[in-house]
Amino acid sequence: MTKTLLAAAAFAVFIVAAPALAQDEPVKLKDGPGKDAVQAACSACHSLDYIPMNSPFLDRARWDAAIKKMIGPFGAPIDERDVQVILDYLARNYAPQ
Amino acid sequence: MARSRVFDGLASHRQPEYNGIDRRVFLQTAVAVGAVAGMSSLARPAAAQTVPLTPGVPAGVRAEATLEALKGKRKLIKLTYRPPNYETPLAVFNDAITPNDAFFVRYHVSDIPEVAAASWRLKIGGEGLNGVAEYGLSDLKSGFEQVEVTAVCQCSGNRRGLSNPHVQGVQWGYGAMGNARWKGVRLRDVLNKAGVKKEAVEIVIDGADKPLVDKTPDFIKSIPAWKALDENTLIALEMNGAPLPHWNGFPARLIVPGWTGTYWMKHLISVQAVTKPYGGFWMAAAYRIPNGKFPLVDRFISQETAANTPITEMVVNSLITAPADGQKLRAGGAVEVKGIAWDGGYGIRQVEVSTNGGKSWRPATLGRDLGRFSFRQWSYRFAPKAGTHTLLAKATNAMGASQTFEAIFNPAGYHHNVVHRVDVVAA
Ligand code: HEC
Repeated sequence: MTKTLLAAAAFAVFIVAAPALAQDEPVKLKDGPGKDAVQAACSACHSLDYIPMNSPFLDRARWDAAIKKMIGPFGAPIDERDVQVILDYLARNYAPQ
Repeated sequence: MARSRVFDGLASHRQPEYNGIDRRVFLQTAVAVGAVAGMSSLARPAAAQTVPLTPGVPAGVRAEATLEALKGKRKLIKLTYRPPNYETPLAVFNDAITPNDAFFVRYHVSDIPEVAAASWRLKIGGEGLNGVAEYGLSDLKSGFEQVEVTAVCQCSGNRRGLSNPHVQGVQWGYGAMGNARWKGVRLRDVLNKAGVKKEAVEIVIDGADKPLVDKTPDFIKSIPAWKALDENTLIALEMNGAPLPHWNGFPARLIVPGWTGTYWMKHLISVQAVTKPYGGFWMAAAYRIPNGKFPLVDRFISQETAANTPITEMVVNSLITAPADGQKLRAGGAVEVKGIAWDGGYGIRQVEVSTNGGKSWRPATLGRDLGRFSFRQWSYRFAPKAGTHTLLAKATNAMGASQTFEAIFNPAGYHHNVVHRVDVVAA
């Protein structure tokens, strides 16, 4: 009984979470303003673990360069207006403090 | 605990964020924990025990890496899920041959089809050939001589995570490499059958994997024609006597012995001889090293620029695979210090071991020679007195090239062959 409920709950969570992450990848980015924009912009081509893996040694300027590399050579379809929000989030949460 | 000069020299190049604590403190804590828990070896805090990470990788890796198994693989160190980038734990290298299910996995792009053996086709062509051809698996198996070579496949970025300062990319520790017996056909035989024109400068290779977004450059590479025509460059269909695992390139991958893994194209579907240098992103803007920084022999002349050149052969390197870092030994007893050494295919001439942090060095005994492209095992008998001991290993190849004590910085973090250090305590 409890087992079934738990399984159902887990399944429901998966269904809800799936569209947001596109895949079943348990990568949890730090909470904070801009997180949604980052999840939307940065999970199309690869999982979000690319971000924490490259931390906390990239400072704001190097995160800026990394975003430009994603948009430039890698062709990431990121709206110009979102870039600032994404950069602020990365600099606040995944750069040396 | 007096440190020798050499020891201090090494320590100063260590990443400050090594487990967030000073190495000496860490060792003492680990020993204390071990004593309390009554453990005899591998005294480690619980977190470090779950994921056997390489000391010195960025803190973000320690927070995010997990031990997980891809389908058909045993648990490896997961660095990224998609595309899958999984590294082999150090302890696996206690064997000279890396088992297929423990072999590291590296991809750049995320659309990775499961290729069906029956429908797989390899296209041979390009303006540098007289003819074109197309082969299925059975054509390759029946139409060409089958040859086998034992060779190390090492990612160019192996140990990037130890770069000082850190550089962006997949933050590999020691395990983005493996050694296997690769069996298949010579690329040379396949190319010669179609007829190679003398104007052919490079052979362009592509695999079945593709980017998820159209604008992302597909992972396509090229090698110089002379390297493609080397008798050791193979199209491998088997790895250690079995079909290639999906994650290592089923059903066919290129084997470029001596050269880094970037050229070892997986799920190979296309081989094109070209008369002009291939200019795609993964050749022109990636996998490059600054000119003149590394003592390498093989050049890739058609791709050289004034500033940099494609990475080619592996630098000479070694690892201590036992005892493990932090292991507790019995004072007065004898232990076997063992490990592996490898290089870009010239062959390992000597491995020297130091048990006192580099003050003195003694030759290790080399194990069986599995060929000049293979890991070469080595061992050294060590009878520790009570106290802490810093073990170092240093390999020299047939060209006289050896390892460094400090990484040669380069923007992409390639060619890290700093002498491996393992600290043990005997009591
Ligand atoms: C259009 C596809 C695409 C999108 C969208 C994308 N990336 Fe990437 N990213 C790539 C590719 C391709 C790589 C190289 C992967 C590899 O070689 O392992 C990469 C690698 C990285 C790396 C590793 C460093 C490097 O240069 O290889 C980081 C960090 C990274 N991406 C961050 C981001 C962030 C942050 C975002 C969102 C702003 C993002 N990516 C969105 C394609 C993309």
